[in-house]
Amino acid sequence: MSTEPIQNAAWSDPRLSITRRHRVGRWWQGFFFASTLFAILALAALLFSVADKTMGLVVIENKVAPSALSSRPLEGLSKEELISILEANLSRNRYRTINREETVDRRSRDEIYDLVIGEVVRPKVLMSYPLSQSLLRRAELEAEKAERWPEASLEFYTWLKPHFITSPMSASPELAGIRTALLGSLALIAISILFAFPIGIGAAIYLEEYADRKSWLNRIVQLNIDNLAGVPSIVYGILGLAIFVRALGNLTSGAAIGYAGDNGRTILSAGLTIGLLVLPLLIINAREAIRTVPNSLRQASYGLGATQWQTIWYHVLPAALPGILTGTILAVSRAIGETAPLIVVGAATYITSDPTGPFSKFTALPIQIYNWTTQPQEAYRNIAAAAIIVLLIALLSLNSIAILLRNRFSQRA
Amino acid sequence: MSSESNHNYAIEMSSVDFYYGNFRAVKDVSLQVIPRKITAIIGPSGCGKSTVIRTFNRMNDMIPGTRVTGEILFHGKNIYAPDIDPVEIRRMIGMVFQKPNPFPKSIYENIAWGARVNGYRGNMDELVWESLKQAALWDEVKDDLKKSALALSGGQQQRLCIARALAVRPEIILMDEPCSALDPIATLKIEDLMRELSENYTIIIVTHNMQQAARASDYTAFFTMDTDRAGMLVEYGETSQIFTRPRDQRTEDYITGRFG
Amino acid sequence: MTHTSRRPLTSGKAQVVDYTLALRKKPRIGERAIQAFLFLCGAVSILITVGIAFELGKESWLFFRDPQVNLLEFLTSTTWQPAIGNFGVLPLITATLMTTFFAMLIALPLGLGAAIYLSEYASPRARAVLKPVLEILAGIPTVVYGYFALTFMTPLLRGIFGSETVQIYNTLSAGLVMGIMILPMVSSMSEDALSAVPRSLREAAYGLGATRLETALKIITPAALSGIIAAFIVAVSRAVGETMIVAVAAGSGPNFTFNPFQSAETMTGYIARISGGDAAYDTPDYNSIFAIGLLLFLITLGLNILSRWLVARYREVYE
Repeated sequence: MSTEPIQNAAWSDPRLSITRRHRVGRWWQGFFFASTLFAILALAALLFSVADKTMGLVVIENKVAPSALSSRPLEGLSKEELISILEANLSRNRYRTINREETVDRRSRDEIYDLVIGEVVRPKVLMSYPLSQSLLRRAELEAEKAERWPEASLEFYTWLKPHFITSPMSASPELAGIRTALLGSLALIAISILFAFPIGIGAAIYLEEYADRKSWLNRIVQLNIDNLAGVPSIVYGILGLAIFVRALGNLTSGAAIGYAGDNGRTILSAGLTIGLLVLPLLIINAREAIRTVPNSLRQASYGLGATQWQTIWYHVLPAALPGILTGTILAVSRAIGETAPLIVVGAATYITSDPTGPFSKFTALPIQIYNWTTQPQEAYRNIAAAAIIVLLIALLSLNSIAILLRNRFSQRA
Repeated sequence: MSSESNHNYAIEMSSVDFYYGNFRAVKDVSLQVIPRKITAIIGPSGCGKSTVIRTFNRMNDMIPGTRVTGEILFHGKNIYAPDIDPVEIRRMIGMVFQKPNPFPKSIYENIAWGARVNGYRGNMDELVWESLKQAALWDEVKDDLKKSALALSGGQQQRLCIARALAVRPEIILMDEPCSALDPIATLKIEDLMRELSENYTIIIVTHNMQQAARASDYTAFFTMDTDRAGMLVEYGETSQIFTRPRDQRTEDYITGRFG
Repeated sequence: MTHTSRRPLTSGKAQVVDYTLALRKKPRIGERAIQAFLFLCGAVSILITVGIAFELGKESWLFFRDPQVNLLEFLTSTTWQPAIGNFGVLPLITATLMTTFFAMLIALPLGLGAAIYLSEYASPRARAVLKPVLEILAGIPTVVYGYFALTFMTPLLRGIFGSETVQIYNTLSAGLVMGIMILPMVSSMSEDALSAVPRSLREAAYGLGATRLETALKIITPAALSGIIAAFIVAVSRAVGETMIVAVAAGSGPNFTFNPFQSAETMTGYIARISGGDAAYDTPDYNSIFAIGLLLFLITLGLNILSRWLVARYREVYE
């Protein structure tokens, strides 16, 4: 039997096809790389489009110029001086109404200042330009402003400022802030985690430590949780609407305990709905964390005559805690950004008062962003962008903490 | 099975079969363990040694689908009877594992925890001291009991696990190949420790190391795997007799190294 | 628990002990109570599913029972005008289909491409930079993407195709941005599938003189196919269920059209609009959101089950 190499006649010249194959390979590699690049560019475009709108040149017109009210800049005036300006420039009725809500003496200096700006100066943004344009095409913009709004002034304006975070909502975008929304979001997260954390960890402990893996009931539960994780968030909203707002309306509106609520569209309902939404994620994460605890630890504990719960409480849970915490933080990041369920459950579109308890009407940061984005005036886009920046910073911090936690504890093990 | 004869034995197996599901892993074992002596269980791999030792403290209960027939008598009671509390059994019959598994806590806490959950209200410092002394570890760790147990060497960790088991005051200590993860010097220390402990405790040790069994034990039980893949007890007697004048051919084949 | 059953540590006479008492099974009520509580926690997840099915079913039933509503008309008619009693769901479905289609146009090829790049080509340093970027993209809330669609993508499209062709609200813009949002998910799931292919398969291919592309495209990707297809299906399910991007950028008001430059309302957008509005409870107008919600739930559930079945059935056994 011949052991000579197979005749080459039937094969084409390998050197030619190799070049072509490499060329084709490089083309495809380019495509794959471009796909990845696309993602990076998309992220950059998104961040840019948001940041671009948070500050820039604005054409602003004041109903009453600050210079007409006082020779010194308004920011430097004392509380008494500001009060006198207020008194002098408001109608008697209006001043009385403001005083009735809360007397001017009891209000802080900052509040009086806000009132002066809001009620007397009444700035109105006629046109706002994105940052990029403000920097690059300044001369053009000045020309345009001179032509269309000769009376107004062109100034550099930041929409994202401390005042933005501390002020409540307002009818005019120049004065609006996200305080109500921030507090609402915080309250929502608190309620949802208070609800979902114990139940989620409890379910994970049961499924990992007590339940028989092979039983059909356990497998159905497992399947069920995986399915729930994939249900669109708006369906959770509908569930929350049907159960918490309507069916349990008496409880969630506070009527059952004598609170004068009129419907179930409260923070409580919204918080519970979000809690349901993050529950499957919490369970899945907690199960993973519990599963990574080595069995030798459990055996050591049982070998000493400990009961099952003693073993879990003193050994399994502490070992699984970092993983569980990371999972909780991820659940919180998810919860902060959810909007659709809140719309369905009935977020209020316009509230100025801070939430006072679980039975208050509510709004949340993403709801504000949604409302403002869909308003026609350009200025609303600006404050939407500012709110988005706040939201993204919050998310970034949360995720960084989660990553730090994960790294720190995986080193220790 | 009269109640008088049982109290002479630390623990006694009587016609015990062990099943993983439908598979019989161990068949028809009858064994009487003499109190305050070291009993070694030897045999080739797969003959069920670990399974057998884990039936003594019902650790196999953790595995779903397992079943025991026959009786294991401890102070006259069948520990597999439905009215017996396995948790209490495990306190009375302690266990040291193949790979040292201290808790990720301090040395002090490792020992104190077991006693605490079992209701110990006495002087904990004293209990820790006693346990560490008995486990021949006190001198090496006395300067810093708050140090993490995971910072100890392998041999030290294993002695810590022994101290931990001692702290809950068992009667019997089961050891499942306790030295297989240790170096020879640490192994010898553990063997010396076993000898000391056997004055007050009954020790049952599984080992795949024949020389260790010959050196360190008083009684030896030789298991092997039968043709139906079930483990069975071939011969059981004083160690000196098993290793010099084995009665069964299979025993002789094993200890002379012809197989296993 | 008393200590009558303790033996003294040093040798001495063992105390007389009643072993019957000591070994008797303790009631351990605390343990049983805890176990029962934990079981209930586990059962909550079942309750949620039951709740979803029940509520959607009940309210949909009420919807379909209303004399104005006809199931056949619901599924086949192309007009949705509750004011005059027309309840045809097709406009909502076509809008959902269009946004999903455009989203998949971006997310599937580019997501898979990025996954192949990360898994087969990228150096560890490149991966360390690129993977976090993708994770960030995946973590951005959808309402922010909605903003992006309205303020960046739509003007871009209008710039390319002209302001007369492209309306301010249109399904193309929403679809494309949705694709950007879903891309990281496709990429990460596909990359997991690709990485799961054992090294030995790659080495076999290289050993035969295959180029990197040929190995990646003809050996690795087909081997990971079940995981990749599962990723695709999950992506579709995500696109179908997405609400905020379409609510902001696609338009409100059902519109039966296949023109991507026009505004149209998807199923999810419709639910958001009606529930956020002033419709009174228990009118067919209002109950329709439950019917649409049920449809949505069934579609996404079906897709998720399909994806899981595919993975289980066609999972490659490598060894």
